[in-house]
Amino acid sequence: MRFFEYEAREIVKRAGIPVTDYGFTTDAAEAKTIAARIGGPTVIKSQVLTGGRMKAGGVKFADTPEEAEAHAADILELEINGHEPRGVLVDPKADVKQEYYMGVVWDGAAKRPLMLFSDMGGIDIEQVAEEHPDHVGRGHFSTLDPFSDFMAKQVIADAGVTGKALQRCTPILARLAQLFLDNDMLLAEINPIAELHDGTFVALDAHMEMENEGMGRQKALIKALGIGAEEGTRETYVPSAFEEAVSAVDAADHRGVIQGKDNGFDGTIGLIIGAGGGSLTLTDAVRQQGGKPANYSEIGGNPSVAKACGLAKAVLAKDGVEKIAVMMSIVSNTRVDIVARGVIKACLELGKDPAETIAIFRIPGAWEEEGFKILDKYGIEYCDRSVSLWEAAGRAVAKIQGEAA
Amino acid sequence: MRKDAIFIGVEVKDEYTSDPALGAKLNEVCPVNIYRGTETGVDIDEAAIDECVLCGLCYDAAPEGAVAVLKLYEDGAALR
Amino acid sequence: MSILIDKDTTFIIQGITGREAVNLTRECLDYGSKIVGGVTPGRKGREVHGVPVFDTIAQLVEHNGGVVPDGSVVTVPPAGTKDAVFEALYAGIKTIVIVTERIPRRDVAAMVELADRSGARIIGPNCLGLIVPGVAKMGGIGGPAKNAAVAYQPGSVGVMSRSGGMTTEISSTLTAAGLGVSTAVSIGGDAIIGSTYAELMPYFEADEQTQAIVIYTEPGGRMEAQLSAWVKENNSRLPIIAFMAGKFMDDDEMQGMSFGHAGTIVEGKEDSATEKIARLEEAGIPVVQRIDEIPDLVKAKIAERSAA
Repeated sequence: MRFFEYEAREIVKRAGIPVTDYGFTTDAAEAKTIAARIGGPTVIKSQVLTGGRMKAGGVKFADTPEEAEAHAADILELEINGHEPRGVLVDPKADVKQEYYMGVVWDGAAKRPLMLFSDMGGIDIEQVAEEHPDHVGRGHFSTLDPFSDFMAKQVIADAGVTGKALQRCTPILARLAQLFLDNDMLLAEINPIAELHDGTFVALDAHMEMENEGMGRQKALIKALGIGAEEGTRETYVPSAFEEAVSAVDAADHRGVIQGKDNGFDGTIGLIIGAGGGSLTLTDAVRQQGGKPANYSEIGGNPSVAKACGLAKAVLAKDGVEKIAVMMSIVSNTRVDIVARGVIKACLELGKDPAETIAIFRIPGAWEEEGFKILDKYGIEYCDRSVSLWEAAGRAVAKIQGEAA
Repeated sequence: MRKDAIFIGVEVKDEYTSDPALGAKLNEVCPVNIYRGTETGVDIDEAAIDECVLCGLCYDAAPEGAVAVLKLYEDGAALR
Repeated sequence: MSILIDKDTTFIIQGITGREAVNLTRECLDYGSKIVGGVTPGRKGREVHGVPVFDTIAQLVEHNGGVVPDGSVVTVPPAGTKDAVFEALYAGIKTIVIVTERIPRRDVAAMVELADRSGARIIGPNCLGLIVPGVAKMGGIGGPAKNAAVAYQPGSVGVMSRSGGMTTEISSTLTAAGLGVSTAVSIGGDAIIGSTYAELMPYFEADEQTQAIVIYTEPGGRMEAQLSAWVKENNSRLPIIAFMAGKFMDDDEMQGMSFGHAGTIVEGKEDSATEKIARLEEAGIPVVQRIDEIPDLVKAKIAERSAA
């Protein structure tokens, strides 16, 4: 789950990291009040879960509270990459001497969290790492041992930073590392952390992303930030009608798991496929043989007849989908006969002939003898494991798109 | 009593349909809740029949010949 | 021979009374595996397919006359997985298969770190375990014994796969081609896993039965780069053939979306299928387009090596 900047700042503040005296609001008039309280020039920043807000005009500078109000009114109306802003953040315009970067991410290869620090803050860290590798310090830390400040100090020193900056940044990075672990984050980034002319350090922006799997035990934090359960995991894209239909079918029955996606798919080949790896392999195989899938799907964990039926109905309900291909890698838990019943039932209930509608059925494995009897009875073309995933996908393309063309 | 769905048919011989104890037992063993125990005996949930996983636990739980699971896709062949 | 487990390997099932665990226990016993006990807190005294259930591993070890089992298959829910694995590691168990999915990454990292310190090896999480065809299986891999027997015959190829299902698809293809499988490992689909390709290579390298390696991989993560580096540094006797699924995820409209497994998400250029294929091929690991191309290529590579 991604956090808005105003929430991310609250998270770092709670961890004891200095932040500016900012204010968050959804109302332009209140932006004026906040700016007046701050006194002096302010920055008005759009609160959206997408990048590139500076370029899009979502960040503006104001000299007076009136100007702050006017900018807030504009920014609250400004959609960025299709996202409506949640509100605006009114921030004192900081008297910055130098900007630094600090962040913590997971390193999957090292299997540990990784701290990153650079004295070239305010820009994309990947760019800095590529162009100025000597300006980036890195260091892994343990998930078992207590964190100690020297670990952060080493990373900062590795970036070539010494003096006051090293001393001041060390406890801040240490707190960031600790909050990263404590809050089940995937990413915790302060960019920039700014050194002001008075010598103090303050976080001017923060980017936080929590792992969905960790949300269950982070309920207290999520609640404290005022995030309601209805926001879910804040997926970045809006689910399509098809995706919502499949989720509903999946939620209605605990037996097995089905998933469906069609964002980015616009063909006519309805895919009833599984499991995780099989679905990836089959989607590639269809596309590489010139096929245009109408959707992506996953069947796993031995779903009920009703669930397989629901998925097939959702796929067949999509515009332009007349036929489906039912294909999986060899199954050992999911049952061939149960999936066969489900997809045939979907055809029958929609008044379609299963033999016409199911272009190919390739699911070998558990209970295949029983499944093949059912498929025989309805005259459906099927194949066993001697027909590869590639070949089955090719037949699906030929039968579905060949006829359409 | 016999009820048929698309793929599966289930039969409880008439002499056993008014046995509440059998109804309760079948209800307990069937993993997909095809059988329902009622106050007066056994009922079959038509909507659940096609979910049958062919486990045969109902045969084991009932007296010999009391229940039958029929594969309609195989000319009504009985599971046992 | 085999890697990690053999005919004498004893293991336990943690969370043995769960629905999936009961099936898995049946399957492993039928396949010939030696399951010496199970643990589910509060269920001491029960039996699952004749396997005694205990509240703690300590009780189980005591029941076994103080003998610590070789391995454990962990099937407890995500919130309790870390604790269960710590219990196994503290007991001295050295080979741990974690079946559970959706475990928070912080917990996975902690389990792996403790395993490293204990000289133990974790397979998974979010995996189906491993199988030595005709000898033993540890986990749900291949399914019921009779299904596993069809797909997995003993042979010369080691298989490692991020997808449990594709482990069986590939092994079945190798079996049908007469090559067979030495040991197949479902390594798991998460972003952090206990054993990566590169970390398992030394085991296969030391296993005389293994003559070649086939890996199944997906977009996301840096595991292929690690394998490529290992191959370059270690002058391995084993030819490796790779299959990469999820090339469609390289399309612009798929960026940032996750398909298949939790670890399968393209977050940077290095994560993409195209980039990974380039890296693998640079290290001399051919990447086939189709699963059915694998057997002929394996045969050719084995012949090449034995001629050299």
